[in-house]
Amino acid sequence: MKINGAEIITRLLERQGVEIIAGIPGGTTLPLYDALGKSRVRHILARHEQGAGFIAQGMSRATGRAGVCLATSGPGATNVITAIADAKLDSIATVFITGQVPTALIGTDAFQEVDTYGLTVPIAKHNYLVRSAAELLTIVPEAFALAESGRPGPVVIDVPKDVQMESIEVQQWPKPGSRAPASTPSDDQVQAFALLVEKSKRPVLYIGGGVTASAATNQVLDLADGAGIPVAMSLHGLGSFPAHHPLSLGMLGMHGARCTSMLLDEADLLIALGVRFDDRATGKISEFCTHATVVHVDVDRSEIHKLKPANLGIVADVAATLDRVLPRLARQPKQDWLRRVAELKHRHPLPDANDDDLASPAALVRAIAKRAGTSCIVTTDVGQHQMWVAQHYPFQEPRTLLSSGGLGTMGFGLPAAIGAALAKPGAQVVCFTGDGSLLMNIQELATLAETGSNVKVILFNNSHLGLVRQQQDLFYGGRLQASRFSLQPDFVAIARGFGIRAVDVGEAAQALDCLDEVFAGPGPALVNVPIAAAANVLPMVPPGAANRDMIERTLQVSHA
Amino acid sequence: MRETSTIPASKQIIELIVNDHPGVMVHVAGLFARRTFNLEGVLCGPLASGGRSRMLLLVGAQARLDQVIHQLEKLQDVLEVRKRPDLAPTLFDLSRAA
Repeated sequence: MKINGAEIITRLLERQGVEIIAGIPGGTTLPLYDALGKSRVRHILARHEQGAGFIAQGMSRATGRAGVCLATSGPGATNVITAIADAKLDSIATVFITGQVPTALIGTDAFQEVDTYGLTVPIAKHNYLVRSAAELLTIVPEAFALAESGRPGPVVIDVPKDVQMESIEVQQWPKPGSRAPASTPSDDQVQAFALLVEKSKRPVLYIGGGVTASAATNQVLDLADGAGIPVAMSLHGLGSFPAHHPLSLGMLGMHGARCTSMLLDEADLLIALGVRFDDRATGKISEFCTHATVVHVDVDRSEIHKLKPANLGIVADVAATLDRVLPRLARQPKQDWLRRVAELKHRHPLPDANDDDLASPAALVRAIAKRAGTSCIVTTDVGQHQMWVAQHYPFQEPRTLLSSGGLGTMGFGLPAAIGAALAKPGAQVVCFTGDGSLLMNIQELATLAETGSNVKVILFNNSHLGLVRQQQDLFYGGRLQASRFSLQPDFVAIARGFGIRAVDVGEAAQALDCLDEVFAGPGPALVNVPIAAAANVLPMVPPGAANRDMIERTLQVSHA
Repeated sequence: MRETSTIPASKQIIELIVNDHPGVMVHVAGLFARRTFNLEGVLCGPLASGGRSRMLLLVGAQARLDQVIHQLEKLQDVLEVRKRPDLAPTLFDLSRAA
C-alpha cells in the first residue's frame, strides 16, 4: 500500500516513541496535520511558534529525549528561530519539522517562502531540506539520532508540501534513530586523571550541563565525597549536585558567592566536567583558576582548549569517564583542604535567607521551594528572578532546573514549563518569571489553560527590566534608559482572562497562607509578587572583570 | 601586465571530503564566517566514486587552526578533515584565469 510523505513522518514519529509534539499549523503543513489526525501522536496547539519551540524544549530538558516542534513555512519557520538557537547554545536535543513551499516554487519568492535551510545553518546542529518522500525514511531517524547523540542539539527538517503529498510504497520501515554509544576515555587518560586527583592538595570540581546530559550525577557525588572535592556549578550544572551538600559551592561566576571564587582561586586542580568555560561562569578567563592544573572532560572535542588550555583533555562522556576513574581512587579526602573549604564557606557564605516574610526575593524563592518539594521541576525566564532562583533554590536532582542559559531568552519560562508538565504528568512544575519576560510569551497562558498542566507561574513583578536596570544602576551612573515600564498591566486579571486561577500576594494579608493555598490545589495558577524595584542580584562581577572583583553590596545612591 | 602569485606561502590548505549536496558549501562557508575564521579560497570538485566531493580550503596560518579543524569535524556532511602541507598554496592562484 502506498502512503504519502506526511504519513511517513507521523509513522516515523510514532516508531520513534514520540507521544507529544507542539506546533501551529499553516498552509504548507496541512498534509502533515491531516496525517497527524490519524496518528497516535498528541499535538499541543501553541499560540506562537516560538512558544511551540519552547514547549518542545521543555519536554526535552525534563526527560533528555528529543522534543518535537512543528511549524509552517515562512513566518512559522522564522518564529521558531529563537527556540532553535536557544536549543543549540544549551545543547538540547530537539527536532524541528518545518513546512516548505512546494519544490517547484522554491526560489520564486512564493507566498510564505523563506530559506529555512539557509536561516538555520548557523544555529542548528544539523539541518535537512527533504527532496523526496523516500528520503524521509533515512532523514527522520537520522535526525533523532543526531539530536540525542554526543553533544545534543537541535536538528531541523524542512519538508516541502509536495514531498508531504508524494505517495510511495514503503517496503520496510527503518530502525528508530537512537543515541550513539558514549565515547570512552583511554586507559592512559583514566590513569592520568586518577593520578592528578591523588597528587592534588586543593582540588575543585566545576560541573555543567554535560553532567546532566550524561546522567553522571551519582558519579560526581562519589568523586566529591570520596576524594573530598568541593563542587562549583554552572547554571546548567545546578541540580546535578545537591545544594545542601557540605561540599556544594553553588553557582560560580557572575553571581557566585565570594567563597566559591576564593576556592577556585586557591585550587591546584580544576576538574571541569561537561562545561564550556562560558564567560558568565569564568569571568575574565585569563584570571580564572590561574594556579590550577586543568582536567577537562567533554564529549565535544572542540570545547577542549577552546577557551582554557587543559593539561589533561579527555574527549569522552563524563559518566563513562568517572566510571573508570573512580575505582582507581583511594577514598582519602584531603583533610586540610576540607577544613579550608568549611572555613571559607563559613566566613563568606553562599547566599542565604532564613526568614519567610517574602520581603526579599531570596526568601520568596525559598518559601516556594518548601512548598513545591524537592522533585519539583523549576523553569525560569531570564533576568533577576532567574539569578535569584539559581542562587537560592535548593536544587537536589538533575533536570529540575530548566533555564535558558546560553542564549538567555526572555519568554522561555512559561512554554518550557508547559512542555515539562506534559512530559512529566503528575509532576509539580513551577515557572519563575518576571514582568518583562512573561509578556514575551504571555499568549501561552492560553495553551496552559487548555492543557490544565500543574504549572504554578510565580511572577516577580518589579515593573522593570530588572537586570538591565541593575546594570544601568551599577555601571551607567544610575541613568535608567528604557528599563522602566510606565504601564503596569494587571497580570492577575490577564491570567483570569485566560481562565487561570490567579492571586496577588501583595494584596493578600497572609501572603504565606496564600502560597499554601496555591500549592495545595492542582492545575495552573499565577501568583503576582511585587518586588522592590531597587533590589539587585548580588554579588555581581562586572562584565569582563575577574570573578574575585565582585560587587557584594550596592552603595545606596539616590538617582532621583 | 606581468602576472605574479597573489598567494603568500604562509597560507595553509585544509582538505575536506564532503557529502555532495547543495547545502554543504553553506555549512562550510557559514562556519568560517560566524566563528570569524579567515577563509581565503575554496576549490571544490566531485570525486569519481560519486556522492562525495573533495574541497580544498585556503586558510591563514592562524593560532586557532586546530579549533577550525575541530569545528569542521562536527559538521555532519564533512566526512574527513586533514591538513595538506604537501600542496602549494599557489594552487589557489587564479590570477592566470582572469
